[in-house]
Amino acid sequence: MKKIALLLCLSIAFMSCESDDDNNPPDNVSVEFTFTHNWDGDNITNADFDQIQYTNENGEQQSISKLVYLISDITFTDSDGNSFDAGDYNLVDVRSNSNLDFTPDIQIPPGDYTVSFTFGFDDEDNESGIYLDLNSADGGWNVPEGLGGGYHYMRLEGMFIDNTSAEVGYQYHVIRANDNSTNPITLQDTSFEVNLGTISVGTTSTNVEVQMNVAEWFKNPNTWDLNVLNSVLMPNFAAQILMFENGSNGVFDLGVVTTVD
Amino acid sequence: MRFGLLIGVLFFTMVSCFNDTDDNGGYTGTPVTLEVPQIFEQNILPPVIPEDNPLTEEGIALGKKLFFDPILSADNTQACADCHRPENAFTDPRRFSFGIDGSIGTRNSMPLFNLAWNYNERFFWDGRALSLEEQIFDPVRNPIEMANTWPNAESSLQANNEYPQLFEEAFGTSTIDSTMVTKAIAQFLRTLVSANSKFDRYLLGQEELTPSELNGLDVFMDEARGDCFHCHGNPNNPLWTDNIFHNNGMDETITDLGLGGFSGDPREFGLFKSGSLRNLAYTAPYMHDGRFATLDEVIDHYSEGLVFSETIDPLMKNVAEGGAHLTEEDKADLKAFLLSLSDPSFINNPDFQE
Repeated sequence: MKKIALLLCLSIAFMSCESDDDNNPPDNVSVEFTFTHNWDGDNITNADFDQIQYTNENGEQQSISKLVYLISDITFTDSDGNSFDAGDYNLVDVRSNSNLDFTPDIQIPPGDYTVSFTFGFDDEDNESGIYLDLNSADGGWNVPEGLGGGYHYMRLEGMFIDNTSAEVGYQYHVIRANDNSTNPITLQDTSFEVNLGTISVGTTSTNVEVQMNVAEWFKNPNTWDLNVLNSVLMPNFAAQILMFENGSNGVFDLGVVTTVD
Repeated sequence: MRFGLLIGVLFFTMVSCFNDTDDNGGYTGTPVTLEVPQIFEQNILPPVIPEDNPLTEEGIALGKKLFFDPILSADNTQACADCHRPENAFTDPRRFSFGIDGSIGTRNSMPLFNLAWNYNERFFWDGRALSLEEQIFDPVRNPIEMANTWPNAESSLQANNEYPQLFEEAFGTSTIDSTMVTKAIAQFLRTLVSANSKFDRYLLGQEELTPSELNGLDVFMDEARGDCFHCHGNPNNPLWTDNIFHNNGMDETITDLGLGGFSGDPREFGLFKSGSLRNLAYTAPYMHDGRFATLDEVIDHYSEGLVFSETIDPLMKNVAEGGAHLTEEDKADLKAFLLSLSDPSFINNPDFQE
């Protein structure tokens, strides 16, 4: 048996040497993304949930009890305009630390890329019921057909102190804007593209931190008044537009990029 | 070089063969593939079957026999099925179940179906069991339930005329231990699949709903009225539960800590697992403590009866006013829709009877 093991080791060693000796371009590589979350710079971890410790731009104190969101179509575009996109998606659940790390199922040549992703699903991908894992997640990540179907982009929930000093729940649920008072229903794609800028993809490994500042959902350009907009926001077309505007204006930032060559 | 590679391939082949034997874990039973209903296959992820407890004909049959046999209790008077009755979708029509000595529990017995689709594998109302097999360990040794010890239960089974042979057939050994008992019962429980309600057939285009049931579905899916779907699934998630833990606004003062009693986390005090809305026609009383005798009472709770406590779920709306204040018509229609999720073929399935 020892001889067999020795022969096996030797054969692997020979094969390894052969690979090292060639002059081929570097192998294509995958890129890992890590999603981190903060409230105006204070990191949000599991221990921060269910604590009324944040003051939003409008002045209300609030907590976060749930923060789950969907991103899709991470796209790498090189200087020649060639795009690489696995077309996959990732459902981040911050409280349970689920899917904070995500590696798109695509390998690309090392080099410099402009990197972007979609918050939520764009209309092309936002088709009702077709993703079994999302149907199975969180009791169903689906949006009711009466609201245009498809999937939630984000569920941000918690409690806040309202203008009567009562502790009240809020459900900041982001979906495709819809108005079902019209026939047919009016739908507007309110997913948005987040451009992370230029990133160098290394020959060995690359990790890209994507930061979400949760406070920005309540801040810019629309100062969010939870006293007015705290509940039943899914069928509220105007509220979804406000969310879109705030979400696409500084909620996400590029964090640390770690590259190993 | 070629010789080395050949030897290497042979070596891996031999290792693979050894592994196959190990993976089998001594099972000698006939493999069974759990039949996945069309409505599940089209919509949700496959069932969770642990690698170390694959389904076999012999294991399922043994588990069924154990489930209906009082031999696991300390005085041979109580079977699992006494508090998990097939005609009640495997729950107990009594608010609280009685143990072998008349002790009374504090929570309503949970119904048992579609357990293989509990993806996060948290069992019990408070989620304290992290697998179905682990869950099964509990009632046998619980002093207010079967009040046995596992060594005693093993001895009883070992001394029985039939069981050693049945364990031999299912697990390849006639030496009985508690792990195999829980595995066998878990196998049987995973076969308890319910997916043939009127609403399932509606989704498959095989049956029509009444206008009342259709409006009830709208109430269920309407964030401004029922908003039931954020915890209880939707037509694309026909489990009708998220299997997640919530405080649904039942008490101003929390006495049963629920998930928090297990985790020790005050943020989880008073949180209980969402029950599935399937088979409500058979599973009264309702809620973790069975406080509501009728479905009308449940709907009234969410409509007018919500009360605030510190860990209440933000999904509970208009708490200061008690809830969404549904109209009587919407309440009746919601109830009609909910009852369309019941599955008579499940409670009458001869495979699930003693």
